[in-house]
Amino acid sequence: MPIWPPWKKIWPRCAKLSADDLVAVWFSRLLMFPAHVITTSHRAVSHHGIAPHRCGECCTTLRDVGARVGGRSVLEHVDLHLHCGELTAVIGENGAGKTTLVRCLLGEIPHSGEVHFLDAARRRPDSPAIGYVPQHSSFDKDAPVSVLDLFAFSLSSRPACLGLSSAVREQAREGLSRTGAEHLLHRRVGALSGGELQRVLLGLALTPVPNILVLDEPMSGVDHSGREQFYELLSRLRREYDLAVLLVSHDLATLARFADRLVFLDRHIVCEGPPAEVLRDPRVRAAFSLEPLS
Amino acid sequence: MSALLLEPWHRMLSAMPFAWTQYEFMRLALLAVLFISPLLGAMGTVVVSNRLAFFSEAIGHAAFTGIALGVMFGLADPMWSMIPFALVLTLIITWIRRRGGLSSDTAIGLVMSFTVSLGIVLLSRGGDFARYTNFLIGDMLAVTGGDVAWLAILALAILALFFFFFNRLLLASMSPALARSRARHSGAAELAFASALAMVVTFSLPWIGILVINALLILPAAAARNLASNTAQFFVWSVGISLAAGVIGLVVSFYASSAAGATIVLAAMAIYVLTFAVRRPASS
Repeated sequence: MPIWPPWKKIWPRCAKLSADDLVAVWFSRLLMFPAHVITTSHRAVSHHGIAPHRCGECCTTLRDVGARVGGRSVLEHVDLHLHCGELTAVIGENGAGKTTLVRCLLGEIPHSGEVHFLDAARRRPDSPAIGYVPQHSSFDKDAPVSVLDLFAFSLSSRPACLGLSSAVREQAREGLSRTGAEHLLHRRVGALSGGELQRVLLGLALTPVPNILVLDEPMSGVDHSGREQFYELLSRLRREYDLAVLLVSHDLATLARFADRLVFLDRHIVCEGPPAEVLRDPRVRAAFSLEPLS
Repeated sequence: MSALLLEPWHRMLSAMPFAWTQYEFMRLALLAVLFISPLLGAMGTVVVSNRLAFFSEAIGHAAFTGIALGVMFGLADPMWSMIPFALVLTLIITWIRRRGGLSSDTAIGLVMSFTVSLGIVLLSRGGDFARYTNFLIGDMLAVTGGDVAWLAILALAILALFFFFFNRLLLASMSPALARSRARHSGAAELAFASALAMVVTFSLPWIGILVINALLILPAAAARNLASNTAQFFVWSVGISLAAGVIGLVVSFYASSAAGATIVLAAMAIYVLTFAVRRPASS
């Protein structure tokens, strides 16, 4: 461990912080403000691997959200609060409106009601930073695209066919290091296994660190041990970066252990709460063919 | 103006010890190939990645109606009606696809059969269709110095647009949902590229031919896909293969007295078969 500067010894995770960032963080602690109120941006802190305080503020609010697809109502009166540092899992049967909810949040389809994003500094950003992990089954397995290219497509405007800038390489390496996937940097996207691709996509969604992370069925086609590892990673990341995480999944058993809150959706929210509570609900047990509790 | 600029080119090539470089039309055709084939090779990477092959085919075939409109309005050069018509058609196809309801290939298929039949009906009135068969197989040797100047300007403008939208288009080809969550305007990028593609296809039609133009867009990129494992390689291979096929095809067509467009396509096909034999294994 380095001896100088002294804060590296006391607080090793600060090693990468610049001096003025550090003063800001300490100053904020002194005044008992969340760190990001003082530092220039929330992201400047979390970017360097420091866990900010859990702000405890509501990051994202959905109020009376409804959506119609092809003239048919698929989502009605959805009220949902997504909190920083909390992993909220949406469960429900096929056609219950889970993916539609995600698309509303991403602003892909028009919806009624209101969606408010509140970033850590309690401003309302016009374009909220949403990290999105799509269903990986949609990826073209044959494309001559490397993991590095995928980062370049997303982060840079310099055409990837003319070579990549060192800034993009650095960002990609940093993003992948968050999910332990640096070794995949030069692999072709189509040649990755389901679990590897999921780590890459998560690393991409965290570059830059977003306010809210949305994952749509991230674990389809990934084996059991891969799932456990992925959810552990996700739990660690949302604590580390104080992220609000919204996850759509079928994977009840694993979710019960890792999610902070389950939301059972069937066009509207049927019930929500801590996993143990929601899984006792007879409507949930019937929908997922679990044995009724005696 | 263009004659003055082209003077050194003519002098340089006629000094070469080949029979085909002694003809002015071949020197101009070569210059046109040197502009068109890298442009088609570059755009082909996006056409193949974003599955726009059927769209570009439809735009090429729609030229029948474009020509017919030019004849009806009495234009000296039907290009002035072909390009606006291709652009309008691009808007219509994009609108139908965006509106949903019809699958993309059904929508394009409908529009294509309509414009081809309308064009043929208009052009064949009075039994005069044979006058337009040049457009079917193309005439590379009809290139003039003025054409080359226009082509150079068009190529530069289109390449600038292409590079500007490249990343967004490729991200959309990997995962449309991911692209939409990253950049709000991937729809604009797709429309801009489709319009640029329509212009390039229509502009090079009279030389390469309605029947084979699409192969020149697809074959080099498809061959490059067999060899490349990242985007930079994909692009370089596609442009390189397109250029090689263009020059080889043109020279062969001179000695074989065949239509240049189709000969170039055969050269590209030969290269594709070679790359298919040495293609990288699926897992790497």
